[in-house]
Amino acid sequence: MSDVAAMHAGVEPAETPLTPESWGKLGMWLFLAGDAMSFGCLIVGYGILRYASKTWPVPAEVLGINLTALMTFLLIVSSVTMVLALAAIQDNDKARFKKFMGFTILGGAVFLGLQAYEWTHLIGHTLPEHNLSFSKDLFATTFFVLTGFHGMHVTGGVIYNSAVLAAVSRGRYGAKHVEIAGLYWHFVDLVWILIFTFVYLV
Amino acid sequence: MTSSAHSTANYLRIFYILLALTIVEVAIVYMHLPKILLVALLIVMAVWKAALVAMHFMHLKFEKRTLALIALSPFVLCVFLILMLMPDIFPR
Repeated sequence: MSDVAAMHAGVEPAETPLTPESWGKLGMWLFLAGDAMSFGCLIVGYGILRYASKTWPVPAEVLGINLTALMTFLLIVSSVTMVLALAAIQDNDKARFKKFMGFTILGGAVFLGLQAYEWTHLIGHTLPEHNLSFSKDLFATTFFVLTGFHGMHVTGGVIYNSAVLAAVSRGRYGAKHVEIAGLYWHFVDLVWILIFTFVYLV
Repeated sequence: MTSSAHSTANYLRIFYILLALTIVEVAIVYMHLPKILLVALLIVMAVWKAALVAMHFMHLKFEKRTLALIALSPFVLCVFLILMLMPDIFPR
């Protein structure tokens, strides 16, 4: 063993992410850290507005949580199919990858459909019944800003995942790219877990 | 990265835990617990679920430490954000 190797014996060889194989992943993590800060500001802002308000409707009574629980379930399932797709492409099983990636994209698309239904119902029926409106009440404003910002992320994720599926089918992308897309998709799932708790349940 | 880290069985195990936690979350909302207890339980479970997703699905548990530190940074900043806004929440 050379002196240099002995010196680094206690250090894991892959400790630095600054190797070309890890650049993509490092870039995605940096982006997600910034994105988490955006969501963090919105959630903290929501919490402070809610705490400072004299009255605040009980979210579970106005919003209803059964449909949202189903939406949470959908996103968690699509996260699982995403890791199963990654496991498939790492095994070089393209057919299995396409199946699970297809389920992931479908899960995201159905989530968006349910959110569109939820929003339509809220704007058309539930909010007027409770004398609430988007422009007058912080409850409604914070709700639409938070879930809308997240819904935009899901939309982006569905497009991103579709592009990755197409690129893998044409042989231009491999497991490395799927893993990076997976990071984004799981992040969107993770944020929804927090939004589900803070906006709907608490 | 070891193959056990990516094993399908482990992914499914995490899925069942996430599913169970979600069911418990919805169930306790209907149970009319004291507000403080309910909020505390919900936050603990949400953080637990988020940590499971980050650690296992995003492989943070098996990653280099640098990436974990990057992932942790927004939470540290959010703590400062809350502290800085404290005067607004609790006016003198």
